[in-house]
Parts: sequence; structure tokens; C-alpha cells
Amino acid sequence: MRFTKITIRKLALVLLAGALSGTSFAADNVGFVYVSPIGDAGWTYQHNLGRLQLEKETGVTTSYVENVAEGADAERVIREMAKRGDKVIFATSFGYMNYMLKVSKSFPQTAFVHVTGYKMGKNMGLVNARFYEGRYLTGVIAGEMTQSNVLGYVAAFPIPEVLQGINAFIKGARSVNPKAELRVIWVNSWYDPGKERQAAMTLISQGADMVTHHTDSTAVVQAAEEEGVYAFGYHSDMSKYGPRAHLTATTHHWGDYYVQTVKEVQAGSWTPSSVWGGYPRGMIKLAPLNDAIPAELQARIHDLEKQLTERKLHPFAGPVIDQAGKTIVPAGKNMSDDELNKMNYYLQGVVSKIPN
Amino acid sequence: METSILGSILFATIVAGTPLIIVALGQLIAEKAGVLNLGAEGMMAMGAIAAFAVTLHSGNPWLGVLAGMLAGVAMSFIFAVVVLTLMGNQVASGLALSILGVGLSAFIGKPYESEILPTVSAIRIPLLADLPVIGNALFNQQALVYFSWALFAGMVWFLYRSRAGLVLRAIGESPSAAHSIGFPVIRIRYLATLFGGAMAGIGGAFLSVFYTPLWVEGMVSGRGWIAIALVVFATWRPFRVLVGAYLFGGVMVAQLFVQGSDLDINIPSQLLSALPYLATIIVLVIISRDRNTVRLNAPVSLGQPYRPEA
Repeated sequence: MRFTKITIRKLALVLLAGALSGTSFAADNVGFVYVSPIGDAGWTYQHNLGRLQLEKETGVTTSYVENVAEGADAERVIREMAKRGDKVIFATSFGYMNYMLKVSKSFPQTAFVHVTGYKMGKNMGLVNARFYEGRYLTGVIAGEMTQSNVLGYVAAFPIPEVLQGINAFIKGARSVNPKAELRVIWVNSWYDPGKERQAAMTLISQGADMVTHHTDSTAVVQAAEEEGVYAFGYHSDMSKYGPRAHLTATTHHWGDYYVQTVKEVQAGSWTPSSVWGGYPRGMIKLAPLNDAIPAELQARIHDLEKQLTERKLHPFAGPVIDQAGKTIVPAGKNMSDDELNKMNYYLQGVVSKIPN
Repeated sequence: METSILGSILFATIVAGTPLIIVALGQLIAEKAGVLNLGAEGMMAMGAIAAFAVTLHSGNPWLGVLAGMLAGVAMSFIFAVVVLTLMGNQVASGLALSILGVGLSAFIGKPYESEILPTVSAIRIPLLADLPVIGNALFNQQALVYFSWALFAGMVWFLYRSRAGLVLRAIGESPSAAHSIGFPVIRIRYLATLFGGAMAGIGGAFLSVFYTPLWVEGMVSGRGWIAIALVVFATWRPFRVLVGAYLFGGVMVAQLFVQGSDLDINIPSQLLSALPYLATIIVLVIISRDRNTVRLNAPVSLGQPYRPEA
């Protein structure tokens, strides 16, 4: 027994030494904190693509820690990165906000950037993307291509960001098909493939022939592939999980922003800013369109993309009418960013009831 | 239209309940022998990745299920050595096994995250599957669904009608008494634990090969824990495990249907999501409220190590 104990202790030491040697970093390192494993598609995968682009275009070294819980662990990881001298640190999940703000105060020479939050600091900037722009376009495709006029949406939690996506989707669909209706199922989890699949199956059995999701797995696209309906991916191009079903996906692109931020820091010109970018900055794009989408519609989608890029199209341009028939934004006006960030209702066309 | 909705709720209920039944019945056998293995979540995760990898490489889902089963057996063997031979604490070792399985499966599964499996087609039982409403739900299912029913029937027979089942229960009640009349307590506890592991592995295989044919880290999503809880709330009786698993699956599926419909029901979705847990606990507690039957069915020596005296 004694012998075993000693060997285990030795083994632990060796492992520890290995882990420590793996964490020696160059002076101008850039740190990334990820909330989930990188995986092969999804939120963190897209951030990691951005990190790789940053390495390639600027030559800086980067390091990341994946699967960091949104709690005390996050503070520890961010503090470690700052302590060892990372010049820029990107924290890519909402729940890191307060921890990053706290750490940023102890390291005034380090640039901190938080993704999707709302608190800024003297040396902490914000970035987010207008995911709803892509959602609007997929809604247009869904509205044109649906046979049953029933669309389905598997959603995680009723927060403004998710509601923006749902409402942009139905608004896009209704812009071309006033009969389109949207059914929404909340799974109360960002990540539970079994439940996401079950929700998709439920929507399909309730007549939905176009489904999409605001959760993290590819289960909804796979369910659509099996059931012979169409799906829109999210975060990443998910076409390989449903080559027939996957019409396109709203995809996120963080690389350009990362490159710009790091270059500014290197030049000494960086000041914390709040960026909410979409099509104009190239932060949102559609995945390649499936050939099942008629050529004429594809051309229209490309035209709408151009309008978004040139800021001629606003997905929440008035009239915006909520589920109860109340006008939220009158014709001729666009919804303000402030209103967008407080969205807590469904728009006309959603038949499910909002869950609180 | 009404009947087809009922049919599809029933169908989805059975699918959602199946992994819980397989895993919980396996745990029930181990617990009846007095071994409490809280590692089901980890064993399922290992079963899921093993089954996925083997199915992907061989193209044969049945080899995958076999691999999942063996992975579950291997995991439970580690546990059995620790708690039965080395007399380790069962609760702590089970928790460790859970953490180990979830972590190790994530590590092994890294290269498989981008892979997908073809769907395994259901087995349709002629004639019976044509019955209205229930036909499709009951008789046009994956093979492992039928397996879960056979497992249930076999288990009822084994526990209550066979001599071996009697011995198993005796060991769970009083290992020292069983030992004194000559039964190999440790060996039988090993077998029961390995059986529990095998079933957890098959339950994991069902998730990654049949239910959602993909591998992603953390895909078991707490189902192992639900299975363990089911055994306790069902007071160690197979039929109540079956009821509990379908109830859990049914309420989960039904709440999804309610959400997707245009019914005007104003319940917070968080509460709806908690509903399967609440409903299952409440119903099982009510049907098991008789303290005498609970005492009759709960294995007395559950979780306690037994050291045979010479």
C-alpha cells in the first residue's frame, strides 16, 4: 500500500511539472477564455477560429483555456493570464463579466475585452454581434420555402439576445409570407442534445417544416435531416450534420475584431470601446446557401445581405408589432439598440406564449 | 389529428424513457445485492463514447452496443475492486467513478466530435404496428426499446421467481447471514456490480448510437443521476422503475408539446422544465408511501462494505 501511495504521489508531481512547463508564455501573449470545449461547431468553435486567424495575421502567440465555468474559476483563469503578462485577454461568455471587471482593476496595463456583456472598465472593452441580422435572412428563406406555413424554433433561455433572434426570424418570414407562424420551445439549457432533439421532433410533429435553434449542439439539424424537413444552423456552418436539410446558417466571425484590437494594443492606441457589429463589420455571415434554395431566392438573399452591409436594411424597421397587436415601433422608424437590449416579448406571428 | 399527436407523444415518451429504464434496472440489481454505485453517469458516458467509436469504425451498431457494454463493465470493475476488494467507501468511490467517466470520455472522444453516424432504422413488428394510436409508438421502435422490455420481464422473473434472485436479495439484506450459509458474497456482489455497469454502458450506447447519433462531451446530461434517483424513489421495485422512467419521459415530452402549441398556458418554462422531476418524485413518493413496503424492499446492507470472516 505504502509503495502505491508513493508512486501515485510521484506520478502527480510528474503530471504537475508537465502542466507547468506547458504554461510558459511569450511576453506578448494573448489569452482566451472559453466557456465550453472547442468541439467541431458552435459558439466556442467560432471564437477559436478567430483566435487562429489572429495568430496567422499578427504573429502573436495565443493561448486558451476551454470549458471554464462562469464562476470563481473564471476569475482565477483570467487573473493567471494577467499575472503571467498576457497583453490582451478575451473572455468569451456573458457570465465572465463581473470577474473580468474585478481582475481588470488590478492590472491596469493589460487590455481586457469581454464578449456579450454590458459593463465596461478603464481597461475593459466590450464586443458583441448582431446575430439577429442573420436570423432575419434565414427567416426570409423559411417564409418563402415553407409548405405548411409552420416554422419551429428550439431556444435555450428567454433573454433579449435569444428573443432578438426569434423575433427577427419571424419578421423575416412574415416580410415575404404573412401566413407564416412560428412555434417556439424552450429547453432551458444551452446544451442538452437529447432534449434539443426531442424539442425539434415535437415541433416537426406539430407541422413545422423549417426548424432552427438557439442552443449549442447540432442535434436540431440532425433531427431535421432524419425527418425530411429543412433546418437552419447557428453559430457555425452545420451542413455536414444535415447535407440535405441544412439550408444555411447564421455564422459568427470574430477574427477581424480580434486582429484589430491586438494591433491597436501593439500600437498603443487602444482604448476600451463597445462594439456591436453585424454585417457591416463582417461579424455575421450566412453559411453557403444550399442548392435546394431556388436561384431567384438566393439572388434576393444576396441582395438583402448587401443592403444589411450598406445599412440600408434594419431587421427591426417599423412597423414592429408585438404578439398582442401593439405597435412597438411605428412605421418609418428603426428599433433603437436600447430597445433591442430590453426585448422581452414575441412579435406578431409567434403562436407560442412567452414563458413568463 | 388528435390521435396522431397522442401517438407521437407516446412514441417520444417511450424513446426518452428507454435509457433510464436500462440503466436504472442495472443499478437496481447492484443495489439489491447491497452495492451502491453512484458512477452511473460516468459509466454511461464511457459506454456512449465506446459505442460511438466502434460503430463509426465498424459500421455495425451492434458491435457498438457490445463495446458500450464492455466499457460499462470495465468501469464498474474498477469500482468493484475498490469497494469490494479494497473495502473503499461506496459513495465516495461512486462519485469519483462518475467524474472519471465523464472526464475520460471527453478526452477519448475529442477526435470523434465532428463525426456523425447514420441513423439506425427502427424495427417494425408486422400487424401490431398497424394498431391505431399505440401501434406505431409501441411496435415501430429501436431494438433497444424492445430490449428494455425484455430486460424488465427477465428481471422480475429473476428477482422474484428464481433461486439465484433470492440469493442476490439475501446478500443485500444480510451479507453475513448469506455468507454463513455458504454463499460467496463478494463474488456475487462483483457480478451484480458488473451487470449494473453493463446496463449503464448499454444505456450510454443507446444515447450516442440510436437516440442522438452523435458524440459530444457531456451528452449524457445527468441521465445517470436520474436513473439512480429513480431506483430509490421506486423503492427498488422493477415495475415502479418502469412507471417512473416513462412518467419522467412522458412529462418531459408533454411539456415540450405544450410549449410548441398555441395553448394559452402561462407557466414559466423553467417550471415546465422542472416538471418531469417534480411529477416523477411526487408520484413515486405517493405510490411508495407505505413505510412497511419501503422497508421490505430496501436492501438493508446497501452501501455498507462487507468483509467476510475467514
